[in-house]
Amino acid sequence: MTRWLAFPLLTLCLLAMWLLLVQSVAPGSILMGVLVALVATRLFTVLRPEPVKYRLTGAVVRLAGIVLYDIIRSNIAVARIILTGRTDRGMSGFIRIPIDMRSRHGLALLAVIITATPGTLWVQFDSARGSLLIHVLDLVDEEQWIALIKNRYEKLLMEIFP
Amino acid sequence: MMQAPDLPLWAALITALLLLTGSLLTLTGALGLLRLRSFYQRVHAPTLGATLGAGCILIASMLCFSVLETRAVLHEVLIALFLTVTTPVTLMLLARAALYRDRVEGNPETPPDTGQERPANPAEKA
Repeated sequence: MTRWLAFPLLTLCLLAMWLLLVQSVAPGSILMGVLVALVATRLFTVLRPEPVKYRLTGAVVRLAGIVLYDIIRSNIAVARIILTGRTDRGMSGFIRIPIDMRSRHGLALLAVIITATPGTLWVQFDSARGSLLIHVLDLVDEEQWIALIKNRYEKLLMEIFP
Repeated sequence: MMQAPDLPLWAALITALLLLTGSLLTLTGALGLLRLRSFYQRVHAPTLGATLGAGCILIASMLCFSVLETRAVLHEVLIALFLTVTTPVTLMLLARAALYRDRVEGNPETPPDTGQERPANPAEKA
């Protein structure tokens, strides 16, 4: 029985996705959704996924808020760069950031956050040295970018994925 | 079949504003593909359309159809979710391919490989 509920959060998310797709919360839809979610989770365990250690604390909400704010802010910043034509070559460049986080899931989420934020792009992660290479469109102050990613994202992500 | 004039003025205004903002952002991103100089700069441009641009359009769609059908129409959330999860994969693959090419060609502006990295191995990408 535990194999059917090995990933309760995944089961819940799949059920939510099903209900959103069929756009109804009738008992029949919920029953069908639970069935689909359980079978899909059971099939997922066949892949022998690495168990995820996570803590659902206030850090999740804080991180979501920060990321949403940063996405809006950097959208405006990048749009301004494109529209004003400040597109000199010297302005953008690569930086290396030392990363202390080792959780694979935390790193995956950091990759999504960095890439989904316009203006920064995850390029390469050296897992042996913990050094992350990113490309920044508006590279004025390198230290500021390193501090931003380490303090704003990495700290919260390490709280969520210990 | 529902008609657009059924939409009350306040909802129509907000929907139009969100749609315009979203499409202007996406257009700006497309313009960036033309205006930015290097490959790595250009990769940043389309993210405008994939993040806030798509977000504005999806919120407009949710608002418009929720008001028209007088119930919560929320399945657009899934589009936003799947966009956010899948676009980074494409962008990272493109960036890694460009980096690999630049390193092989020995272009001067390319950051050096730190030794333990193996750019050709996709499993390395955490």
